[in-house]
Amino acid sequence: MTILVGNDTKVLVQGATGREGRLHTAAMLRYGTKILAGVTPGRGGEIIENTVPVFNTVKQAVEKFPQLNSSIIFVPAPFASDAVYESIDSGLKLIVVITEHVPIHDSIRFTNYAYSKGVTIIGPNCPGIISPGLSKIGIMPGHIFSKGQVGMVSRSGTLTYEIAWILTRAGYGQSTAVGIGGDPIIGKDLLEIVEMFAEDGGTNSIVVIGEIGGDAEERLAGKIKHGNFKKPVVAFIAGRKAPPGKRMGHAGAIISMGTGTAASKIEAFKSAGVPVAELPSQIPELLQREFEEKKKENGP
Amino acid sequence: MKIHEYQARILFEQKKIPVPRGKLCTTSSEVRTAAQELEKPVVIKSQILVAGRGKAGGIRLARTPSEAEEIAKKLIGSVIKGIKVNSVLVVESVEPKQELYLGFTIDRGARKFVLIASSQGGMDLEELALTQPDKIFRREIEPLIGLHDFEARLAADSIGLGGRTATDFSSICKKIFAIFCEVEADLAESNPLAVTYDGSLVALDSRITLDDNALFRHPEYRNESEDMSPLEREASQRGLAFVQLDGDIGIIGNGAGLVMATLDVVSHYGGRPANFLDMGGGSSSDVVFNAVSLALKQTNLKALFVNVLGGITRCDDVARGLVQALKGSQTKVPVIVRMVGNNEEEGRKILADAGVATLDSMEDAAKLAVQKAYT
Repeated sequence: MTILVGNDTKVLVQGATGREGRLHTAAMLRYGTKILAGVTPGRGGEIIENTVPVFNTVKQAVEKFPQLNSSIIFVPAPFASDAVYESIDSGLKLIVVITEHVPIHDSIRFTNYAYSKGVTIIGPNCPGIISPGLSKIGIMPGHIFSKGQVGMVSRSGTLTYEIAWILTRAGYGQSTAVGIGGDPIIGKDLLEIVEMFAEDGGTNSIVVIGEIGGDAEERLAGKIKHGNFKKPVVAFIAGRKAPPGKRMGHAGAIISMGTGTAASKIEAFKSAGVPVAELPSQIPELLQREFEEKKKENGP
Repeated sequence: MKIHEYQARILFEQKKIPVPRGKLCTTSSEVRTAAQELEKPVVIKSQILVAGRGKAGGIRLARTPSEAEEIAKKLIGSVIKGIKVNSVLVVESVEPKQELYLGFTIDRGARKFVLIASSQGGMDLEELALTQPDKIFRREIEPLIGLHDFEARLAADSIGLGGRTATDFSSICKKIFAIFCEVEADLAESNPLAVTYDGSLVALDSRITLDDNALFRHPEYRNESEDMSPLEREASQRGLAFVQLDGDIGIIGNGAGLVMATLDVVSHYGGRPANFLDMGGGSSSDVVFNAVSLALKQTNLKALFVNVLGGITRCDDVARGLVQALKGSQTKVPVIVRMVGNNEEEGRKILADAGVATLDSMEDAAKLAVQKAYT
């Protein structure tokens, strides 16, 4: 078992004929993702990678391939919001927005609309989702990940790859890794993904990769502290040395009005009993220790 | 991106939100004339994009036109908190009976707009939240619906307003929300919003922060952030995410999270990072060349650490850009490269031929960078 992406994932690529869209359609196909169609307005009738037909509208694509259930969006920022609504309108239930620099008044509206329609949004400004060995809806390098039982959730792209690589070399494969995006307003947040992992039979532990800005880590920690999480959770927080008031690359990575510091997030996790790695390389040993602790707590 | 008070004030005036009479001036003689025309004591406000300009002496009261001129002579062209004052806003002095706070911003966690009001305006919202959290009225606004009239009335009522003042407050509340949506702001506020002795309201200060990502729809605002160092400005023009820090080990990487983690790891081993520089995913050799050249312009560097995890990025592209930049700069600074991923072998070979060794662990490379920098 995995979360969000699995064997029955059938993908539509919006913005399929652009440079990024083409590159990653090819990469996803090589990884084994079932991509049935692409959409680029005005480019209907083209075929990309010899197998993926391009349509002018999402409606046409879904009429031709009713089994489509997910979309990945590479559409440029000014048009990304429109692409999200078009997918929701055609009944797709999982939408991964890769696009960076989406205006926040756009994303705040389409995330709320998606929630009201029961649609899951991942991103914007994210690397996407991978369930190693099965499928990926995203731009991450597949070979760094390996099949296993650690659920990963992260606000960052390359740092996820770094830590996936460390886990893979230490023998900890992953059930699913979700890059939720670095923007201030995103679809599913850390807590919601951790709750999905908590319910997932194929996941036995969770690695949370947070960073400065906002209070998603604090909210997650609060829930762990007062909830009933059985699976080991280990965290890493990037940005311990970030100065206040400066955006550290991601639009959402900013310490503002005294909130969103690494110290506050680390403290919140520690008080919830979640160990926080100081160095990425410590994550496997912390996981190992948590497994042993939980074993003692839960009995043999 | 912050916009100037005088720019925000124009938006307020367009919506007929009462503001003190006044004028933007760039010379001391203009200030004198403005003060004469106002026929009242005036407040002279430096138009600079930093917080706390009042405390730093950037906002001054003048009782006469000649005093206004004298103050303006000192203010215009002076440097406050590292920023040069090019213009001042001259407004009539208004004596408030009470100072209120009214603003709209975005609640990240809730994914909602939020209306904030307080009977205790004048100070920073941050300070208010710390000292008198019970004096803050806060209400989430549904982004798909917008502000209801009753929510504006609720805000007025909750901060203790009544009569005509409450009605006026609700009206201003709706107008500021309209501005917040129209210009796609992260923050739109009036602080203080003064209640005068006759019970009317005047927005004594107006502050708006725009969403950088929406600027393409608002071409009338150019990104002219003043609180940037020259290198930060150059980086922003080249599309690189660069933040100046106070150390001496230059840091470059691909991906914001990875670069932040690199700073942390270097610090963990006792290093002092000089900067944050994210080249972004999928970096081409041109981007790498630009990034390395920019980082090497920092004259105080004791080492440069380049940390690349090539998922999509090709290591050979990175290596070519790096070698070209090093040749161009003739730098003597030790360069430590950590590089793994796509086309790693070819990348390593290009760097080895140029005499640059590569490591494959970020932590080992960080240790080496610290060692080379300080011994």
